[in-house]
Amino acid sequence: MLNYTLRRLMFSIPVLLFISFIIFLILDLAPSDPTGNLPLTIPPEVREKIRESLGLGQPMPVRYYKWCVQFFVNEPLNIWDQYWGTCSFGCEDRLRVVSYVTRSPVVDLIVQRMPQTLWVVGMSYVVGILIAIPIGVISAYKQYSWFDQTGTFVSMVGFSVPPFFSGVLVIIIFSVQLGWFPSIYDTTLKVVSWDTFMLQVRQMVMPVMVLALQTTAQISRFMRASMLDNLNQDYVRTARAKGMKESVVLLVHVLRNSLIPVITVIALGIPAVFGGAIITEQVFKVNGIGQLLIIGIQGGDAPLVQTLTFIFAVMIVMANLVADIMYGILDPRIRYD
Amino acid sequence: MPDGASQVLDVRDLNTVFRTRNGEVHAVNHVSFSLKKGELLGVVGESGSGKSVTMMSLIGLLPSPPAEVRQGQVLFDGRDLLQTDADTLRDIRGARIGFVFQDPMTSLNPVFTVGFQLREPLKRHMGMSKRAANKRAVELLELVGIPDAAQRLKDYPHQFSGGMRQRVMIAIALACDPEVLIADEPTTALDVTIQAQILELVKELRQKLGMAIIWITHDLGVIAGIADRVLVMYGGQVVEQAPVREVFKNPQHPYTKALLETIPHVRGERAERLQVIEGQPPMLGDAPTACPFRTRCPQAFERCARENPARATISPGHDVACFLAGSESADA
Repeated sequence: MLNYTLRRLMFSIPVLLFISFIIFLILDLAPSDPTGNLPLTIPPEVREKIRESLGLGQPMPVRYYKWCVQFFVNEPLNIWDQYWGTCSFGCEDRLRVVSYVTRSPVVDLIVQRMPQTLWVVGMSYVVGILIAIPIGVISAYKQYSWFDQTGTFVSMVGFSVPPFFSGVLVIIIFSVQLGWFPSIYDTTLKVVSWDTFMLQVRQMVMPVMVLALQTTAQISRFMRASMLDNLNQDYVRTARAKGMKESVVLLVHVLRNSLIPVITVIALGIPAVFGGAIITEQVFKVNGIGQLLIIGIQGGDAPLVQTLTFIFAVMIVMANLVADIMYGILDPRIRYD
Repeated sequence: MPDGASQVLDVRDLNTVFRTRNGEVHAVNHVSFSLKKGELLGVVGESGSGKSVTMMSLIGLLPSPPAEVRQGQVLFDGRDLLQTDADTLRDIRGARIGFVFQDPMTSLNPVFTVGFQLREPLKRHMGMSKRAANKRAVELLELVGIPDAAQRLKDYPHQFSGGMRQRVMIAIALACDPEVLIADEPTTALDVTIQAQILELVKELRQKLGMAIIWITHDLGVIAGIADRVLVMYGGQVVEQAPVREVFKNPQHPYTKALLETIPHVRGERAERLQVIEGQPPMLGDAPTACPFRTRCPQAFERCARENPARATISPGHDVACFLAGSESADA
């Protein structure tokens, strides 16, 4: 297993390099202009100078090479130095990947935005899964009962209603009409006491609810289908014939088997949730990664977009690896070496 | 049957119905039989004759819905299993009545070790600690002839061959020293040499442990080798019941006779074609009001379509559900 993991990790290096190149090419082809948001009074010659100062005058391969050196060598070294407070390999004149628009290092921007996204989106994914698995189990066990029918209906709604609709809907209901939760996520809030913790919880409720609805809808369907597949298997009859309690039959024998495909779906869904949260972050004004990406795209901020997209790519590749490893752990029939 | 005291299991007038979208299917109709202590009862019949469903009904292993046990009594240890609550039934299943199923490839849970699956009933029914259960599990695997038992407990089912898996299934069924073992076509999915090994094993275990066995099969050759008594089923009914020698020497029901004729002969003229029973087994859409075998029976006559023959004893321990049995059959 360790061997397999290392091999996969090695293999993911060329894959990611290739992806980064494709992203770079696509961004280079895009007609966006980093000076586009500047005042119209700036004459074209000055604009050209600004572009040149950003390094856009150089040929594409040179620019890609420089980005690679920056991203794969200098930025990790910067993080290393920042973390340990050291200064290695000439940190004084080491450059950073700098955002065109904000002139701030891209990595710092991402580090600032990450906690909000992790709290809101990560939490919603966890909540969604925790709700979805029991729903899937009960729906399958009591197939066609009122519980199952309700679950099917709610899943269908959750699946088909986009978050820009459900988000606005819950804002209207819970913020405007009932006034229970704030409609805007306050990033400056620091959790220092019980009261601020409760405030944090209250402002997280709605975005988490909207995102978790989608996750729950999807995962509970998978879980239900997988449980139904397994409930009719011969080994379930064997477990019953051994006189095992229904709870043991269901939660030990069937559940473990049913989780195998669902774990894969969950692992593969992690990067997709970060991508899909962009809209929800906009609706609730959560200034997380998704919002940063939108700003970057609108401002023609190539370094920012390049870096964020590449991070998404890394997450997708890693999630695939995690899914495969989990599969191997849960299913003894699968061995990778 | 005489000698009622030594019966472990007594089934009376069992009826099982499946409710489907296209109406009801009467899978088991008025089945009665008994099982004596230490006896091996063979149950034969073609696919869909209700063999497995009968045995599953006894102990509440059929999914309900769609299955519904409508009527009957299953007397085991002085109580009617059909009237017993689910919890008590669970205590009996696996502890006092063991099961072995047809397909050893799918009957074991693929994601748990064999040891885990063997220990489960021991912990559940005998209240054993993990250590005690482990010790007993090793004994059981040795009993069913799996070498290197202690090591193999840590293996998963896919690391065993088909025959070995069926041995594991038998070990699980025998874990708590059951009084009755129900084996539902345990050798059908195995190849012939493995089948012979399993048969040998069961014969041997029966002598060692002295339990009663119900052996479901559609292979008369297997029955001839191991059974004491035979139940022939057709269309969800018992059509003939007799000691094993009687069945082969003096079959009375036309279906039993036809079944015996279909056994291919190894010796004899090679050009001979395999014998078949013409026609299809009946669809069991309605409760039977006529003999289920009449459409395929060479000796059917007008009364067979009017009423369903009841089982009548023609000699001690031998009863048949056919109007022709006993009287004209002597010359048939």
